[in-house]
Amino acid sequence: MHQTAPPARIDESAFRREVRAWLADNAAEYREARAWPEAELVARSLAWQKRKAEAGFGLITEPPGLGGRDGTAAMASIFAEEEARYHTPTFTGLGIAFGMALPTIRKHGAPEQYRRFAEPTIKGEAAWCQLFSEPSAGSDLAGLRTRAVRDGERWIVNGQKVWSSWAHHARFGILLARTDPTVVKHQGLTFFVLDMRTPGIEVRPIRQISGKSDFNETFLTDVVIPDANRIGAEGEGWACAMTVLMNERHGASERASVSHDSVENLLRAALAAGRLDSSSVRSKLAQWWVEEQGLKNFGLRIRAALERGETPPPAVAMMKLVSATKMQQTNAFLMDLGEYGGLFSEPDRPEQEQVFFQYIWSSAMMIAGGADEILRNQLAERVLGMPSEPRMDKVPFNELPGIKSS
Amino acid sequence: MDLHFGDELKQLQEEVRRLLTERVSANLLRRLISEDEGYDPALWRTAAELGLLGAAVPEQYGGSGLGERAVCAIAEEMGRAVAPLPFFSSICLAAEAIKLAGAPAQKSAWLPRLASGEAIGTFAWQEGLGPPETDVDARFENGRISGVKSPVPDALLADVAVVVCEGPRLALADLSKGVRREPLRGFDQLRSHAKLVFENTPAEAMDVPDPKDALRRLYDRAAIYAAFEQLGAAESAMFMARDYTLQRYTFGRQLASYQAVKHNLANILVMVELARSNALYAAAALEADAPDLGAAAATARLAATRAYETAARENLQLHGGVGFTWEADCHFHYRRARLLALSLGSPAIWENRLIEALTKKNAAAA
Repeated sequence: MHQTAPPARIDESAFRREVRAWLADNAAEYREARAWPEAELVARSLAWQKRKAEAGFGLITEPPGLGGRDGTAAMASIFAEEEARYHTPTFTGLGIAFGMALPTIRKHGAPEQYRRFAEPTIKGEAAWCQLFSEPSAGSDLAGLRTRAVRDGERWIVNGQKVWSSWAHHARFGILLARTDPTVVKHQGLTFFVLDMRTPGIEVRPIRQISGKSDFNETFLTDVVIPDANRIGAEGEGWACAMTVLMNERHGASERASVSHDSVENLLRAALAAGRLDSSSVRSKLAQWWVEEQGLKNFGLRIRAALERGETPPPAVAMMKLVSATKMQQTNAFLMDLGEYGGLFSEPDRPEQEQVFFQYIWSSAMMIAGGADEILRNQLAERVLGMPSEPRMDKVPFNELPGIKSS
Repeated sequence: MDLHFGDELKQLQEEVRRLLTERVSANLLRRLISEDEGYDPALWRTAAELGLLGAAVPEQYGGSGLGERAVCAIAEEMGRAVAPLPFFSSICLAAEAIKLAGAPAQKSAWLPRLASGEAIGTFAWQEGLGPPETDVDARFENGRISGVKSPVPDALLADVAVVVCEGPRLALADLSKGVRREPLRGFDQLRSHAKLVFENTPAEAMDVPDPKDALRRLYDRAAIYAAFEQLGAAESAMFMARDYTLQRYTFGRQLASYQAVKHNLANILVMVELARSNALYAAAALEADAPDLGAAAATARLAATRAYETAARENLQLHGGVGFTWEADCHFHYRRARLLALSLGSPAIWENRLIEALTKKNAAAA
């Protein structure tokens, strides 16, 4: 599917110049970081995506009809690097779209399905949400209970999802549901695209420790999904979910190089606070730099492997492991530098709000998309070939303790 | 920057790995320690015949001119095998120092002999306790060196040494003439060290306008080669622990099936992968002589030191009581990790070098 001729070698410096010129003309208003109210952020994000698509930067590796330009992965990276010099608007609903939904539909779905969902997404008409976790299925995602029952050429879905980021702004959701409870739990799942405008969907915000409500509970009552929105075969949902999670873990570690907690900025902050002479401060900064560069260089290796046509190694799970912990430590450090006063944001130090937010957010990063403990299991099992955890769930789903009685 | 080692290098690396797997057994290492032998001369000759010693020596001086990345690939395998060879001293230090700071006649005299393995070289910088490069007392005047350099790696085997003298000045000393060598009892039992006592010993001045800069560059290069040696060794210690925990059973289960053990090894894997990524970047920066070479070298060294020290310690721990025995072979890595962590300057020194480099870059950008 989607076979294309090997990309011709492009003149990267010429492409970079073109990108820079286009950004200078089109992204001027985003030179400085700004915070928008939620609804405006969503509107601006979609509008910016549309603008990129019209210029062939919507998803560079796609053909012009889909808002791209048949470009290479290297070109996409160049565009991303250049765009990172600006503070262009983007919200999680687009991150899920491009980082998780489209790659999974492309890999497991039919070409017609990919085109149907990719086009409005790349053209800035649709954001996405992820409907995977449930109140009783987090790290043990395959234990989810939301049921999809076939009814001719459609499916009837009932259940409850949680942690569905930005579901209230999403046009589509990627949904994992149980279609066969009589087989072992991983085998009874199927992957769907849910049109969020379908009747029977109720999205309720969850109040988070950050004070915001990025996440929701989503209740599904007799929701109808056409079979044409089933991605992959019936029972193939787990493989699809794995593709999503692998992309989520990879994507979660890719952060803008200009972020306030980059080591270069930490160094400036330590210098300004008169703490750069401290050997313990130097030691910490050096360690975070080693991690920051290690992740960047690991990313280069992964990108090069993809360009050579290899699949990314399962070790990509380590990227989120390292970056989330580092995010927590570095933002704690930015508070430490101010001692007691570092816990307060004053009008002359508004950036401290960002420090508070990232410190809080890091705790979510260490859980979302595979908790650190789960990732360590995976690294040990898939990369080092160590034994799986002892399991008690190799029986049909409906015979599991806790399910059987309910 | 392309971090990938091409097929030619990968092939070379495989060859070296095969050779060392076949020739460097734990029995050999234990015998060398018991007999107080610093290296395996037969293996050294084989390595020379295969062209491993001249990989980064230009062809005009009898090398193969494969480049610095080839030395990185070879060093990684040397580390993996804990190879009992003076590769680091002779190739990564002495040959590099002569390439960087030698006069044309010195290059012609020594590089071909180092590349062929006929001569062994070393680099003498340290004088007793304390960080490198400070308080150098050895004097080089009127073509003669006076002073004591210690510890000097592989100094009992070496035919030639690049000696750091007060100034700093760099001198090239033929060790067959008027040098006293006193063996040292070192923590690492597989790389011999000695004290070199120069008493008005004849030596040649090296030809370099800015010796301080040359030394900095030499340390950067050596740090990158050492990072590869540490990387190979870290991976070896990690797999050794993995393999042992897979075959050992406790409470009716494989030791490797316990989450405490899995997470310990997963953490080491993360350190190893970060170290590999940073080492590959530094190798590319070295070959390109990139402007951020100093920071890249420090980054690679710090990452690799952390990975190897952790892997070496945890490898012993995961072997349980057996790990404390002579026959379990955990001690090779346990001792070697400390040697490689300190021999070019401790992590604290490299943290400082890194922060200085980054501060300079920040100031330049401001």
